Amino acid sequence: MSAQDVHGGAAHGHDDHHHDDGPHSTVSAYIIGFFLSVVLTAIPFWLVMAKVIDDRGTAVLALGSFAVVQILVHMVCFLHMNGKAEGGWTLLSTIFSIVFVAVTIAGTLWVMLHMNTLMMPGHGEHAAAAAERTPAAAETPAARQGYGGAATN
Amino acid sequence: MSDIRYQAAATGGTMSAALPAREFHLAHEPHPENGTALGFWLYLMSDCLIFAALFATYGVLGRSYAAGPTGAQLFDLTLVALNTAFLLMSSITFGFAMLSKQRMKVRATLGWLLVTGLFGLCFLALELYEFAHLIHQGAGPQRSAFLSAFFTLVGTHGLHVTFGLIWLVVLMLQISKHGLIRENKRRLMCLSMFWHFLDVVWIGVFTFVYLMGVLQ
Repeated sequence: MSAQDVHGGAAHGHDDHHHDDGPHSTVSAYIIGFFLSVVLTAIPFWLVMAKVIDDRGTAVLALGSFAVVQILVHMVCFLHMNGKAEGGWTLLSTIFSIVFVAVTIAGTLWVMLHMNTLMMPGHGEHAAAAAERTPAAAETPAARQGYGGAATN
Repeated sequence: MSDIRYQAAATGGTMSAALPAREFHLAHEPHPENGTALGFWLYLMSDCLIFAALFATYGVLGRSYAAGPTGAQLFDLTLVALNTAFLLMSSITFGFAMLSKQRMKVRATLGWLLVTGLFGLCFLALELYEFAHLIHQGAGPQRSAFLSAFFTLVGTHGLHVTFGLIWLVVLMLQISKHGLIRENKRRLMCLSMFWHFLDVVWIGVFTFVYLMGVLQ
């Protein structure tokens, strides 16, 4: 109650200008965003479920592109992202985050996947096969059997 | 009150807060007028970094099956497609709630929020069913590095949805009690950003974990 009273008088100007309820959303933005999202979700699922692309590399590239485009659609249509919101600070912080995320993921994969190859010659790529050969991994067949019993085959 | 003082500081500093508020509204200063949205956006961006770390971990460990089941053997894409549909529907219904809020229609806002919450609940139920099914098959988080990374990443997203649902219920109570006052509109704006952000993260999850996991 007290909060309402405080804002009742002096802060009326704010309500008129929508200062505190975020950007003005429109029906068309949500509808367009929704239909684009449905299409951009349906196509990758269809590509994988109908096994349209045989080559893994091409498929990964296609799926990744659809994801990036859909994320952009969500950013613009649902999160109302533009260069003017908050005097450009929203966009700037987003770009910073994207760079940071890209460095984190790409850097981690680069370092870690190379470490497998360089530091464990002969084991990195064939870790699974090696594990089967070692007698120490005695629990593996049992656990696998446990899984196999409930599996689809 | 703090708003007024903030504006006074921005206009030049020499003016005192004791001046009538009207004076400050005449001068349109180019400062951010909505601190909450930017602050909450920065929180979301920091949350983004948590997910970046988890995605990177999954990227490194996603193929370390320890002679156990692979993604192609475990994932049921029909289930994932249904889950994606639930989350996408909840996004558009939250959009409708925001539009009702703009027109100051309390009942319509509450109705759309309820629909959003139900879709969110369906998503969570299906995800928990999937997790229970995997653990029952012996493919729990302790089975292999791949499954540890999978449960951590997808579970963290599910946890976010859970807290979003709690927030949604609390906000619905607030709105039904106090109506669409300024504070509730601000809270609704923050929750809408949070909810849409979770949908964005889910795009990454279904693409990089489920679809690429099934590809092999």
